[in-house]
Amino acid sequence: MEKMSRVTTALGSSSITGRTMFCHLDAPANAISVCRDAAQVVVAGRNIFKIYALEEEQFVEKLNLRVGRKPSLNFSCADVMWHQMEENLLATAATNGAVVTWNLGKPSRNKQDQLFTEHKRTVNKVCFHPTEAYMLLSGSQDGFMKCFDLRKKESVSTFSGQSESVRDVQFSMKDYFTFAASFENGNVQLWDIRRPDRYERMFTAHTGPVFCCDWHPDDRGWLATGGRDKMVKVWDMTTNRAKEIYCVQTIASVARVKWRPEKKFHLATCSMMVDHNIYVWDIRRPFIPFATFEEHKDVTTGIVWRHQHDPHYLLSGSKDSTLYQHMFKDATRPVDKANPEGLCFGLMGDLAFAVNESLVSSDAGRKPYPGGDRRYPFFSFKKPNPTEQFAHVSSALSVFETDLDSSRMDWFVKTAQLYLLSGKPFTELCDHNATVAQELKRPQVRRVRTKIIIRITGTANLNVSAFSFSMKEMGPESRLERCKGESRPDNVHLDLTSFPENEETEGSDGPTEYMFGDAELDDDDLYPMEHDNQTVPEEPVYTLPPEAFQLRHEIIDNPSAPEHLQQDKADSPHVSGNEAEVACLTPIESFSLISISQPLYSPHLHASFFCPIVREMLSHYAERGDVQMAVSVLIVLGERIRKEIDDLTQEHWYMSYIDLLQRFELWNVSNDVIKLSTCSAITCLNQTSTTLHINCSNCKRPMSNKGWICDRCRQCASACAVCHHVVKGLFVWCQGCSHGGHLEHIMNWLKNNSHCPAGCGHLCEYT
Amino acid sequence: MIICTSKMEYPLISQCKRVQKQVMVNSEKERVSLLFMKALVSRGSVDAVSQQMASHPQYLESFLRTQHYILHMDGPLPLPYRHYIAIMAAARYHCSYLVCLHSAQFLRAGGDPLWLQGLEAAPPRLRLLDHINKVLAHQPWLTACSHIQSLLKAGEQCWSLAELVQAVVILAHCHSLCSFVFGCDTDSDLAHLAKSPNGTPPTFCPFDAANGNANVPQSLRQPSEHITRRRSLDSSCDMVCLKERIQKSQEEQEKREERLLQAQTLQQTDVEDEEEMLCFADPSRFITDPDFCYQEFARRDEDHLQVLRVQDYSWEVHGFSLINRLYSDIGHLLDDRFRSVTSLPSLHSADLKRAIWNYIHYVLGIRYDDYDYVEVNQLLERDLKLYIKAVACFPDVTKTPVCPLSWTLLKASERIHVNLLIMEARLQAELLYALRAITRYMIA
Repeated sequence: MEKMSRVTTALGSSSITGRTMFCHLDAPANAISVCRDAAQVVVAGRNIFKIYALEEEQFVEKLNLRVGRKPSLNFSCADVMWHQMEENLLATAATNGAVVTWNLGKPSRNKQDQLFTEHKRTVNKVCFHPTEAYMLLSGSQDGFMKCFDLRKKESVSTFSGQSESVRDVQFSMKDYFTFAASFENGNVQLWDIRRPDRYERMFTAHTGPVFCCDWHPDDRGWLATGGRDKMVKVWDMTTNRAKEIYCVQTIASVARVKWRPEKKFHLATCSMMVDHNIYVWDIRRPFIPFATFEEHKDVTTGIVWRHQHDPHYLLSGSKDSTLYQHMFKDATRPVDKANPEGLCFGLMGDLAFAVNESLVSSDAGRKPYPGGDRRYPFFSFKKPNPTEQFAHVSSALSVFETDLDSSRMDWFVKTAQLYLLSGKPFTELCDHNATVAQELKRPQVRRVRTKIIIRITGTANLNVSAFSFSMKEMGPESRLERCKGESRPDNVHLDLTSFPENEETEGSDGPTEYMFGDAELDDDDLYPMEHDNQTVPEEPVYTLPPEAFQLRHEIIDNPSAPEHLQQDKADSPHVSGNEAEVACLTPIESFSLISISQPLYSPHLHASFFCPIVREMLSHYAERGDVQMAVSVLIVLGERIRKEIDDLTQEHWYMSYIDLLQRFELWNVSNDVIKLSTCSAITCLNQTSTTLHINCSNCKRPMSNKGWICDRCRQCASACAVCHHVVKGLFVWCQGCSHGGHLEHIMNWLKNNSHCPAGCGHLCEYT
Repeated sequence: MIICTSKMEYPLISQCKRVQKQVMVNSEKERVSLLFMKALVSRGSVDAVSQQMASHPQYLESFLRTQHYILHMDGPLPLPYRHYIAIMAAARYHCSYLVCLHSAQFLRAGGDPLWLQGLEAAPPRLRLLDHINKVLAHQPWLTACSHIQSLLKAGEQCWSLAELVQAVVILAHCHSLCSFVFGCDTDSDLAHLAKSPNGTPPTFCPFDAANGNANVPQSLRQPSEHITRRRSLDSSCDMVCLKERIQKSQEEQEKREERLLQAQTLQQTDVEDEEEMLCFADPSRFITDPDFCYQEFARRDEDHLQVLRVQDYSWEVHGFSLINRLYSDIGHLLDDRFRSVTSLPSLHSADLKRAIWNYIHYVLGIRYDDYDYVEVNQLLERDLKLYIKAVACFPDVTKTPVCPLSWTLLKASERIHVNLLIMEARLQAELLYALRAITRYMIA
């Protein structure tokens, strides 16, 4: 009731109107403050100290307080505050440590009233008592807070925080005697103005400096603090221990925080560095700002709500030398732009996908999947939304279940493990990898591979007959495995389009067509899917990155589809992988063959001649989601192909492949790949995150951050029993007596001795 | 690879016991020796600089942690790059000690020995850094947004912001370390040794005996020449340490001459290593424009725009926030360094420390609104001011005569304390200028 009456008196006399507007200042602002009736604003900075009137359409400069030809440093303001009771009274905190008060009622040009030079260092903050006319509080870099009675020439009391520089001081809105101070070392202290000897309460609010604090205008116990650790925290001070009740994580260190009038849960923040926006947060929804003002071009240094009972006008000053009035209705609402989507894999490979209902329906209307609705078990729910401030969001949740029996990525794991990437001549590597592919029953891979070989070698009119053998060998096999044939047509199809120059032999064309027809005739259920693939070769599957590719699998993988279909789909990328694997062989293999049969062609000519084709093919398969192939080819081919593909693309492939390998916990393979890669960005992956946490072997305590000496027992950890030196690499120990050391040392020792090198008498054995 | 014949075992064991005993020493020295022990075991060496700092263990700890972090831990730059940048920085002041040290570490990290032939042999990306290196080293106030832009927008050879920040931190760290090395006269010892006719390489244990530093647990020979050869994770370090320990134990029984002889023979076994010779290269090959040097800031002060006012751009508020954003955790480490150097216990009053700190910032163009610079003249005697200025602005043995010091009454640890203050103040000044330029670039 009391509050209501105050509001009416405050706003009733002259209701505030205005629009979003700004004016240029001559110099960067450090702080701003408004007078009580919200009609004027004072801007202070190193080289500026002016009062502007807030008119309907614009700011109008009323007064320049910075007078004199060469203004002293007393005019260089770090902070400014306009008294909320006396409309002629201002106070500034000067960077040289002076606290200055200004009386606008003075007749002379220089409005300076009092000058207190008691602080030794920069004064960071001044604060008038909200109701008392003559009480001024200051907080300084020297670690002291001083309370001034403006009727006297010097401070009446000095508060020593005992903890580094004072960053902010704020009188409580409700408790007459209480003020809060925040410090550079992360502490916040509560003081009683009558007791300068000792703080009432102290707690650590942030790690690193607490730049600002603000009492809630209505709620007695709430204090908001903002720090360099990028957090805004709200503390409930009514309990015995200050309790953190809300926490907002921002993206940059928080310079100022101001509660929004009349809105219990809203506060505005601005940042000290890097981020120029002003955010208004609903502290109950700490992840997305409630509203954002994005006008400033440099960091915002001062924010203030224009009237203490009007939540719609925000004033801000900035280093970019502008002063803004922001209308709340013009603010950006990040929530509106956010796309509420969620995607999550279950433990067993199930996939849940939630999306805004409207999106789903429109999507479904735009592109119906063959037999779509039947496949996806849709259900939706409404989120209960207690606050009227947020728009209702309803989303549709889809769950795609997987069939556990068909773990579709088996091929990936196997091939990853079995592929040889280095250590042998190229041809052997290629042969080996081809065999791997064959063993995993991917005949069509081999078939397509041979086709490509023929195509490439065929252009050189090479011994086609040598390959026709393998062709024939492969033909029946692929015919036997019908399910695999299903995906083949589209492979081949795409393949052909990517090689416009191809001169295919009849041998390769034949089986393709045959298989195509076979699949068509054989399984009616498969037909729609296949048809889909064929007619729309640009279907998302082939453009999605590898992770998304898996998602696609899940979707395809529906209960109604026959199981072998799944397998088939899963196979197809593998197919292409091996295919490319073989393709990578082709230049090499071709010239090796050439060298045998027709030495006329020089290998170099061929390698360079086929590079564009191979490159095209690699990027083609990488785009289709099979980076395994692309990377394997890259590594095996090495120098031959590397220059053809730009570094970023290579890096991208490597990263994707390594990521995949690590998901399948193929650590060794992924390490091999990292080692063998030639991108500097990839090889340096091995240099990161190389921390290994160990316990001391003597006292069993964790070892400190670095070094080989235990902090507690002062012993070298894991010493070798033979040389008594720290073992940093391979450590071998006896399971009987648990003594051990360097692998080589122990080996050597046990060649000549049978007893433990530590002298424990145990008869160790090295096998 | 590991040599462990029977005749080596006994001295080794006794050696280890001795080392362990040393680690057990109580009190403050314990902390130092533990730090050294850690550094030694993990890096295979304790450099001369760390030993000089041993009188201030609290500071030494944060110094070593920072140095370890920027040179060896996670970061955007490849390891050889980091050491090469350090070489470039040290070369600005012809600090042969640091150039040698980092050349060795550069090779050890797998760097291309060719690069050590000079800046022309280095990749263009590193050559691009030369300009900002020059400016930061001598006239940091000239660092401008355009320098940053030219590095970040250099097409093929461009730097990323994170890489640049790490490079700047390494540059500033090494520049200021040069001041320290110069102030402690470390470099001249080395230069002398480097030129000595018996060919002992400068990284070859000049300090343990010279300093008479009893609590230093190990000989300080740089293991570079061995390690560049073999880079297997474990055994190479062991190899070196083994040799060091053999060396050390023999040294106890024998005279110094004999040890030198031994050292020579040891070295002769490795004499085929061409790489190590590169370590002693003339530092000037890593820089351009060698005449560019410090100029009096006060005289160029006509337009006040160039002055950096701490109240407008301070380390605590602006510098920290930016650097920690672009190169995670470095802010905390540097913060720790700045704090520990100002809180070091010392005979100096807080006023004197502040006077020294602000005076260094003053000569580098940084002004504190809340400081009365008359105090500098009251508190600092003329020769101390001269000394500070020489160490902070001209730490170059080839150009500046060795410190004009008449304040020998000060204890060694006090002197080192002053050097530490100079080093940290310089480091902060360079970082402030560089970060301000980056901030301006980001806003523009």
